[in-house]
Amino acid sequence: MPTLTIDNQTVTVEEGTSVLEAARKIGVDIPTLCYLKDLNAPASCRVCLVQVEGRPTMDASCVLPAAEGMVVHTNTPPVLAARKQMVELLLSDHPFECLTCERNLNCELQRLAKRFGIRDLHLEGSRNHYPIDDLSPSVVREPDKCIRCRRCIAVCENFQSVGIYRMVERSFNAVVGPAFNGSLMETPCIYCGQCITVCPTGALREQDSTARVWEALQDPDLFVIVQTAPAIRSTIGEEFGYPVGSLVTGQMVAALRRLGFDRVFDDCFGADVTVMEEAKELAERLERGGPFPQFTACCPSWVLFCESFYPQLIDNLSECKSPQQMFGALSKTYLAQEEGLDPSRIFCVSIMPCVSKKYELLRPEMNASGYRDVDAELSTRELAQMLFQAGIDLRKLPAEDFDEPMGQASGAGVIFGSTGGVMEASLRTVYEMITGRELQGVEFHDVRSEDYKDAEIEMGKHRLKVAVARGTGAARRLIEAILKGEKEYHFVEVMACPGGCVGGGGQPIYYETNDWNEQVAHRSRRAGGLYRQDRLKEYRKAHHNPAIIKLYQDFLGYPGSELAHKLLHTRYVSRKLYSPEPLPKKEHKQQVQPR
Amino acid sequence: MTTLWEEIAAERIPPEAEHRILLCGGVPCTSLGCKKVKEALEQELESNGLKEQVPVKEVGCIGDCSLGPSLIVYPEGIIYYRLRPEDAATIVREHIIQGRVVEELLHRDPDTEERFRQQAEMPYYRSQVRLVLRNCGVVPPHIEEYMKYRGYAALARALAEMTPEQVIEEVKNSGLRGRGGGGFPTGLKWELTRAAPGESKYVICNGDEGDPGAFMDRSILEGDPHSVLEGMIIAGYAVGASQGLIYVRAEYPQAVRRSQEAIAEARKMNFLGENILELGFNFDIEVRIGAGAFVCGEETALITSVEGTRGDPGPRPPFPAQKGLWGLPTLINNVETLANIPLIILHGAERFKELGRPGNSGTKVFALAGKVKHTGLVEVPLGTPLRTLVYDIGGGIPGGKRFKAAQTGGPSGGCLGEEYLDIPMDYDSLAQAGSMMGSGGLIIMDEDTCMVDIARFYLDFTQDESCGKCTPCRVGTKRMLEILERITRGRGEEEDLERLYQLSMLLKNGSLCGLGRSAPNPVLSTLRHFKDEYLAHIREGYCPAGVCTALNRPRILEEKCRSCGLCARVCPAAAITGEKGVPYRIDPALCNACRQCIEECPFNAIATGGVQHAHADHR
Repeated sequence: MPTLTIDNQTVTVEEGTSVLEAARKIGVDIPTLCYLKDLNAPASCRVCLVQVEGRPTMDASCVLPAAEGMVVHTNTPPVLAARKQMVELLLSDHPFECLTCERNLNCELQRLAKRFGIRDLHLEGSRNHYPIDDLSPSVVREPDKCIRCRRCIAVCENFQSVGIYRMVERSFNAVVGPAFNGSLMETPCIYCGQCITVCPTGALREQDSTARVWEALQDPDLFVIVQTAPAIRSTIGEEFGYPVGSLVTGQMVAALRRLGFDRVFDDCFGADVTVMEEAKELAERLERGGPFPQFTACCPSWVLFCESFYPQLIDNLSECKSPQQMFGALSKTYLAQEEGLDPSRIFCVSIMPCVSKKYELLRPEMNASGYRDVDAELSTRELAQMLFQAGIDLRKLPAEDFDEPMGQASGAGVIFGSTGGVMEASLRTVYEMITGRELQGVEFHDVRSEDYKDAEIEMGKHRLKVAVARGTGAARRLIEAILKGEKEYHFVEVMACPGGCVGGGGQPIYYETNDWNEQVAHRSRRAGGLYRQDRLKEYRKAHHNPAIIKLYQDFLGYPGSELAHKLLHTRYVSRKLYSPEPLPKKEHKQQVQPR
Repeated sequence: MTTLWEEIAAERIPPEAEHRILLCGGVPCTSLGCKKVKEALEQELESNGLKEQVPVKEVGCIGDCSLGPSLIVYPEGIIYYRLRPEDAATIVREHIIQGRVVEELLHRDPDTEERFRQQAEMPYYRSQVRLVLRNCGVVPPHIEEYMKYRGYAALARALAEMTPEQVIEEVKNSGLRGRGGGGFPTGLKWELTRAAPGESKYVICNGDEGDPGAFMDRSILEGDPHSVLEGMIIAGYAVGASQGLIYVRAEYPQAVRRSQEAIAEARKMNFLGENILELGFNFDIEVRIGAGAFVCGEETALITSVEGTRGDPGPRPPFPAQKGLWGLPTLINNVETLANIPLIILHGAERFKELGRPGNSGTKVFALAGKVKHTGLVEVPLGTPLRTLVYDIGGGIPGGKRFKAAQTGGPSGGCLGEEYLDIPMDYDSLAQAGSMMGSGGLIIMDEDTCMVDIARFYLDFTQDESCGKCTPCRVGTKRMLEILERITRGRGEEEDLERLYQLSMLLKNGSLCGLGRSAPNPVLSTLRHFKDEYLAHIREGYCPAGVCTALNRPRILEEKCRSCGLCARVCPAAAITGEKGVPYRIDPALCNACRQCIEECPFNAIATGGVQHAHADHR
């Protein structure tokens, strides 16, 4: 427990605490840029410099371990000048495109420039120019805006265990990018978009789909419908100043109507369908005796991860599509039939917490309805952007209800947006499917998880072993344990993002903290709204949802029917980790072909 | 009493009376054709039936590379220089068979006409004390040869008679400091590594020599690999490590090969492996080949490179001694440092300290290069005046030119002007003068050198070799280089000097690793000692040394011009215009500095340099 002096204040901290964290403990806020506590501390930006007495040079406080008797100065004029010069150097190699940047007013570099009062660039010179990589359907890289903080490297490598990004090139030209500074399309990127959520600048962003949606909304020949993913209702509020986790379902519906959508539906309905089909599949596997575990397949990033890194487990992936795609396929068949619409005129938009869904809807097999099942996806951020542009403020709107017949959902469908939610929603239905008895308590707290967690659940003659993994890094650890025979499960839920969809790559960017765990906790707090709504729901199990009962009575028949298979089930492919032929390296418009 | 050096040198005169020929196999001699000389020699000996009696052995760098290829014929120790294959016949016929020294193949001083028969007679060697280089060029780099001169005796002594603590104490007492650059006390480093908790530990020999023109480590690994191995094994015993690594760059294929051969030889003799000399100590060494990034000479970058990732440096603390390779305590010593160890253990710290100065004991190998008559590897006791290196060993500046500056320490060091000719070459004196010892690069510059251009050259190197990790080094070196380029092109402004200074201090204070922290040294030292030259470039658009070509455009001296128009007629770029009665003028934007006008002018009215405010026209 070293005791040190920081700016004349004495503080005692745990062994191994950095000077930066020690300073924070006594209210001294040292600026940072590359640092993200517990995830990334390369000490590369040098913005957190401090002067320690007796040391010949300044030190980066984020990595300097606090030591007994250390005397630290954090705000002497030379220290402040050095920090300011660091930001000036970064700015001298940064495009001054703040006004047209996606991260305008939401950028950590911009905020530092303001904090240091930089008014003039004393050091101008040449700047790096790299082509924009917009070949992938989900993530756009603009390396000119990269400040080499390496957070994307850390989250991709350490949290997701995918490892797409590395430093490429050297010296002034060193930049973060995929191997050989190629395109993400040449890599096994799973498009989870976590790199976007940790990027302090606009170097990483989602493919923009707003233009396409505006176009569709203007087209009088199109019947534009929208499905909103479970997680959106508890996160979009943040963009409008609501506290984290606020439920704004009704306001969101009203806002979408005012944007001009012809019907506003709830993707939780799609989630309920997924529960029905996936529960049926699990019941069948239990009857057949495998293959186990059955992995959920709601998360396209997880599916891509499995296809790329564990192709031997493809048969374990649930063959049920994600709610987005089930909804899409039903919208152009069931809805068209119910409403007497020409399916070719239906334009199905999804609002997702995700950038991977942009990729998923482009997968070639996602046309079970005879059309592209989902036409465009908007992330939470993109929807907020459209609302800002249209002058629609959630806070000033009345709560409105979703449209029928695809607007009613059970509590099970709602909690899909949280990690463990898919598992819990499915268990509520599986239990009754297998045991034939009604489930009394409906909350399976054991599987609500912020990390990888497992549980055993008595289900009639079966003792169901289940696990939930948050992030593909945790999934990899879980899979390795399964492959080594250390663990055995029947049913495993994997969500690629921390906290599940509430922490998705398309969610509002929260940068009020430089602590990764605090960021993750913030995302998990968003899920609180979903569990609140679940408890408020009249129906909390998918198979009790009258809209679902009607869907099966009027259209699909029964879970796992031939029509359900045709529309709602899918196949997977084994993927090469790296594409054999590199793509041309030049500036491209968005390419809409999936890889 | 004889000095340690005299004692060691005396040992190295072979006792046997038989002939043997040692041929320099260093890289410069190899590129000058020593292999062909060797083949010719062997052929010649064979045809005279002397193949068995007179073995020809390749040794590491003999020194004085400007005179290669060279060889030494024993037992007399006669050294022949500038050999061609056809000289082989003469050497065999006259020297080997008839016992007559071949006078015309000896080195002859061009000034004094004096001929030198033995190394010891030559001024180049006379002032040297070749402790670390004791075997280089004298003993073939093989274990049986090394052992003839008490090779591995230090290891045996350490293992059999000393505890690890005693070994560390001896090294601490010797005052040996790291020869790779920083000059950190070696014994202290060993003590810290020994004290650090860890289930296993590593010893790494840092052979990632990267300073332009420096080749001390390469020569030692090529010429005397066993002294390095012996030093490593002793270090391993002292700190409690069982695995050693030699990190050497791929551009040093001969050093890689010799190290690997030496390791194999040492394993065979049980100096490496399990239960060394049956004294219960296990230690083995592997060679790791680096891709040649300058920054990998920095400890933490070297470690990440060994671990198989990009060679990027990390923060210190934790120091490698606490958390190094694979997170375990790791001792990293430079090649030359390790080669000193057997001497210290064998002869004792006290005898080692006889050489050098207090706090700077022992010798240092320098790669003497640039504008001196004799270039090559030289070894002198620490504290030897720069003047001795330049004039006694290097033979002075060729062509009767004046000494202008010495660049020490490579890209991390600085430039010292004439007033520093008597500076003692040791860690502390050099640091005080704003330069540094570095790994031992020593480049001598004469009056034709532009110091601004030199600063630009070194910064170009460090900018290029920056790993690009931290902001000040990645962007700061670029901005500094841009300013220096501006000045050498005549577009600088006086505020640039303040900008350079500010950036230099930022890099020194705020960079992540030693590369960035020392990158400004060439700029700071030239700003300190040669500010006039900067100002001449900026204020007068004039490069005093005539190096910066952009500032060397001809100008017309108005008072001498008679407006005859000859210059305009010969100018191929049509840059000169004028009319009768008024001085002609040269448009600097069109002039390509071909100097034809200067030669043509009958009135000497055109000269180069010193274009007043030329930079204003250039913009």
